Amino acid sequence: MGALLEVEDLTVWLATRRGPRMAVDGLSFQVGSGEIFGIAGESGSGKTMTAMALLGLLPHAARTSGKAVFEGRDLLSMSARQLRAVRGRRIAMVSQDPSTSLHPMLSIETQLTEHMRHHLGLGRSEARGRAVELLATVRIPDPEQALGAHAAQFSGGMRQRIAIAVALACEPRLLLADEPTTALDVTVQAGILRLLHRLRAERELAVVVITHDLGVLSAVADRICVMYGGRTAEVGPRENVLTRPRHPYTRGLLDALPHPEGGAAALRPIPGSPPSLGEVPEGCPFHPRCGYAVPDCRTERPAPVLVEPGHASACPPDPLGGIA
Amino acid sequence: MSALLEASGVSVDYHRRGAPALRAVDGADLSLARGEILGLVGESGCGKSTLGRAVVGLLPAAGRIRFDGHPIVPLGRRRRAPGMRGLQMVFQDPYASLNPRRWVGDQVGDGYLLGGASRREALRRAGELLERVGLPADAARRYPHEFSGGQRQRIAIARTLAAEPSCIVADEPISALDASAQASVANLLVDLVRELDMGMVFISHDLSVVRQIADRTAVMYLGRVVEAGPTQELWSSPAHPYTRALISAVPRADGAGVLPVELPGDVPDPARPPSGCRFHPRCPLARPECSRDDPPLVVLRDGRSAACVLQNAGEPARPLADSTTHIGKDAT
Repeated sequence: MGALLEVEDLTVWLATRRGPRMAVDGLSFQVGSGEIFGIAGESGSGKTMTAMALLGLLPHAARTSGKAVFEGRDLLSMSARQLRAVRGRRIAMVSQDPSTSLHPMLSIETQLTEHMRHHLGLGRSEARGRAVELLATVRIPDPEQALGAHAAQFSGGMRQRIAIAVALACEPRLLLADEPTTALDVTVQAGILRLLHRLRAERELAVVVITHDLGVLSAVADRICVMYGGRTAEVGPRENVLTRPRHPYTRGLLDALPHPEGGAAALRPIPGSPPSLGEVPEGCPFHPRCGYAVPDCRTERPAPVLVEPGHASACPPDPLGGIA
Repeated sequence: MSALLEASGVSVDYHRRGAPALRAVDGADLSLARGEILGLVGESGCGKSTLGRAVVGLLPAAGRIRFDGHPIVPLGRRRRAPGMRGLQMVFQDPYASLNPRRWVGDQVGDGYLLGGASRREALRRAGELLERVGLPADAARRYPHEFSGGQRQRIAIARTLAAEPSCIVADEPISALDASAQASVANLLVDLVRELDMGMVFISHDLSVVRQIADRTAVMYLGRVVEAGPTQELWSSPAHPYTRALISAVPRADGAGVLPVELPGDVPDPARPPSGCRFHPRCPLARPECSRDDPPLVVLRDGRSAACVLQNAGEPARPLADSTTHIGKDAT
């Protein structure tokens, strides 16, 4: 499985009134073809800005450094024109709220076919035929009729399926899904997760799922990257990260979840709150909230190092290393 | 166990211009005892927030709602009856429920001012409450924007405590917060209920949190309560097929890579509910009579109740038949 996307030392500065502030700080990861890669983190961890940087959709006056090589070309050094040829064609995006990502006044057909006609040069009837197939793929009942409808006529879950169909229209190789199920009920979420899982298998589609919900990643992700303060805290195979976490932040996130077997024990929150933009502490960004911090953590900025094959953690003291 | 808050046969209609009224809650029943946490769960649009607002009197409702023995009168232009002060509500969005231009202490102290305290006294006691919910005492002289989402929700909770409530209805109180803030605010609410011997209705779409903190759970579907009972029993052996479907849709962060089970179909339009049992079009165990007969919520054994033909009044909850052949198939 060769890497489809290779992000190396990605750094993003956002322009604020008090000058540039670092939102992503030296992030590196790879996503293979047909892989579901999960990025987990709380608000302000830089997970959404990572996706925006890959798509060239960062806010005005933001700056980036590093590399993001996709299909052999660096997305970060592309011109606006070159990016437009990739975006929507080779890389597509699904956002959190399908009621804002779909246009309320345009028919579903228009939204599904306009970029097929633009990117692929298809004619009207050909594009329409593919649109029907796409709606069937994402299990919209009665696709022919759905083409003439508008977004408001569908439920939240159906809208998200349509948004995924729009993203798939030009057969992208990579789908960026930013909190794709956060606005949905669990029953509907289950359907969307199954859909992403099936699309990956059927189309060898690579999917980056960005979410704060470790349960979602546990269901679909092959590998998981946990971000904190714009940096990687831990990255590795799903099972290793969720059952044998090596970074105290990952452990804390898992402990803060309700216990799967229930019971009267209190929830165990991580003390403090995540740093806001431009206020990431010196040293390890997590050290003020970490129960295992040693003096070095206040000054040394740790990079992820391999703790077992394929599994890296940015915590040199490795206090969880001895715990099976 | 006498009920602190009791609702039976509650219905709420939303009147819409140019369309028939929409019945968001249709004959729902609830009861809550002192010192008890009742989780109220269901998909969006099931009427759980509407029911929560109706029981505190924020919405006019048909049916019988009593708090501490007094009937609930919907909020109007008149002053709320003094007996109702003990019933308070916490809202989802602490960014919207606090006034950005007033000191936090003044907002928390309003409850004491209404009780006849001076402003100085109200501010001092507000400071005490803010400390009680885990904020520094100097928070009283600061503005809401100086606090994070979790801290703001603590402020909103402190404000309800100023009224010295015996019952709190909390509508999605942690949904807008980050993971670690969710856990700490949920813990705070549980501590307060236990310590002050209050009752709490905890409305949430997050089933795993409800499972962790609620003593009893009520499950709503399309305007009705379809199952209620002690949380652990309800989870380990759900009596209503909808309860089971909800539970199996929750993904677990256990790293096992198990896809959650999908409940096919959408929640029907509440303006046109299905005939018979409202869940029958999506129910994996539906029988022919389910499209005709609308089962009432009946009391089973062991403090449980359910609205399903498979359950019989006065008997223990019957385990549901395996339905993997239906809902287990890959319905994506």
